[in-house]
Amino acid sequence: MADQQEKSTVAKSGAPVIGPGHTFGTITDKISSIVLTRPVTNGWVVGFAACFMATMMLLYALAYLFVKGVGVWGINIPIGWGFAIVNFVWWIGIGHAGTLISAILLLLRQSWRNSINRFAEAMTLFAVACAGVFPAVHTGRPWLDYWMFPYPNTMKYWPQFRSPLIWDVFAVSTYFTVSLLFWFIGLIPDLATLRDRATNKYAQMIYGLLAMGWRGSARHWARYEKAYLLLAGLATPLVLSVHTVVSFDFAVGIVPGWHTTIFPPYFVAGAIYSGFAMVLMLAIPIRKIYNLEDFITDRHLQNSAKVMLATGWIVAYGYAVEAFMGWYGGNRYDQTLLWNRLHGPYAFWYYMLILCNIAIPQLLWIRKMRTSPVWLFFISFVILTGMWLERFVIVVISLARDFLPSSWGMYYPTRWDWMTYFGTIGMFLMAMFLFVRILPMISIFEMRTLLPEAEVKAE
Amino acid sequence: MKTLPIYGTMAEFASAHDLVAAARRTYEAGYRKIDAYSPFPVEELAEAIGFHKNYVPLVTLIGAITGGTLGYLMQYWIAVIDYPINVGGRPYHSWPSFIIVTFEMTILFGAISAVLGMLALNGLPMPYHPVFHVPRFALATKDRFFLIIFATDPKYDAQATRQFLESLEPRSISEVPS
Repeated sequence: MADQQEKSTVAKSGAPVIGPGHTFGTITDKISSIVLTRPVTNGWVVGFAACFMATMMLLYALAYLFVKGVGVWGINIPIGWGFAIVNFVWWIGIGHAGTLISAILLLLRQSWRNSINRFAEAMTLFAVACAGVFPAVHTGRPWLDYWMFPYPNTMKYWPQFRSPLIWDVFAVSTYFTVSLLFWFIGLIPDLATLRDRATNKYAQMIYGLLAMGWRGSARHWARYEKAYLLLAGLATPLVLSVHTVVSFDFAVGIVPGWHTTIFPPYFVAGAIYSGFAMVLMLAIPIRKIYNLEDFITDRHLQNSAKVMLATGWIVAYGYAVEAFMGWYGGNRYDQTLLWNRLHGPYAFWYYMLILCNIAIPQLLWIRKMRTSPVWLFFISFVILTGMWLERFVIVVISLARDFLPSSWGMYYPTRWDWMTYFGTIGMFLMAMFLFVRILPMISIFEMRTLLPEAEVKAE
Repeated sequence: MKTLPIYGTMAEFASAHDLVAAARRTYEAGYRKIDAYSPFPVEELAEAIGFHKNYVPLVTLIGAITGGTLGYLMQYWIAVIDYPINVGGRPYHSWPSFIIVTFEMTILFGAISAVLGMLALNGLPMPYHPVFHVPRFALATKDRFFLIIFATDPKYDAQATRQFLESLEPRSISEVPS
């Protein structure tokens, strides 16, 4: 386990990942005071209330759906997937950046991740929770969703393990569980810090219960670090597999535009692309409001921008290969699909997708853009829109024009579709609002290891 | 274990470096039942107090192998034995389509074993522990470093041990009541 020491040396040689003048004490005070002593501001109350209202709208839309059935949505034959699957893939993709930051960057010894991994992991959990809503209610009879799990039952029935939809059930539920474990394990030492620093009796009790009696023993740390590293090693192939399995939902089918082998890598890259955009959209206001510029420095913004630039090009390559194979493959249905994307009834949205996902993000080549929070916020918003459009293009255009012209149709989302979609955004942000006030949003103990004092000099 | 009025003697240090040096000297002086506490992981520390056998990887490996095996056998039993469905004449034992669930179960069981194994080996949750009696120990989760010699150590002697710890030049020394 020589990586810990190496991590801190890397941190010191590069550009600052932590502002100057910090000690173990100031790091602890600054992060824990946001939770323990900072008063609730009007801004927080207003923001939380707005998101709470949006969540209520989601519940209303879902209640209406349960009463009336999926017919209240715009889905119909031939477009049976619609917003539910578009939003599912979009949310799951956003979650991927959290695991990438917490697991893959840990294995790659990118110590700059230490200040953004905690809230990125929280983002993953909330995004996966939002994603889970859609397939669950899209089944039409959500109260029977447990049929998708293999359990002994009186119907003498078992799930079909040759179906990508069942793979998805396993992939997404495993992903959520492992993300939750990873996040909670990372929190334990910080919960102990909050337990020891809280002055309110109930806060002491709750943090104390959650910290499980953590006392920072060297034996505990040794096992803890090993378990954390192993979790990172397990989460790394897992996160790559999740969006791969999501892409199988499409690629295993024979619908033109879905049945391609480029889907898994290009879905994973797109997921990380949109996830980093969401990380930036959260990090930029958070570091401003809570004065965390010392911890989430310009270097973090720059690095995230570079990751977006790189994954954006993988996504662009995916579009190019899709178009090329559509033309070169010689299959008339694939050729029709390509023509239909460029000139069909949804062509406008395809060009918007190219604009949002490929054209505008090229601004990130300019150094000024990568260091300007305002521009990064704007570009991230554009990328998130673009990634949503990508899933819309994939789901709707392919289904709208299948093999027989007699079964062609158009898709028009209803207000219930929109209410459900915006409702999940509200639920996601509401969870973030609560998270920043209840738990330390930056990993305190991992920030301590970034200081030069954390190093043990050789005898 | 007989009840002891004293749980151990604890010394406080200002830096990770001092703590590691002190832990090494304590181990060299023949004390074996010792522990060290730090606000962040210090990898040299476990070695300095003589901790070598880390079973977390083994537990994780066993969990992962169990999960993968169970996942595959479950699918085989369902798809071939208990509930065979003929899909276009394809073989019942269509192993390529079983890979994904097998993989997910491997990861799931591995991760759960890593977490529960780590907690169990560490003896957590344990909300009460004698070291929490020391008021200054609250700083162990902030910026201070502690070394304890347990009273169960054969070499432990309240007077001599205290003198020994003083020779390590700690910031403070306290007796931990049990």
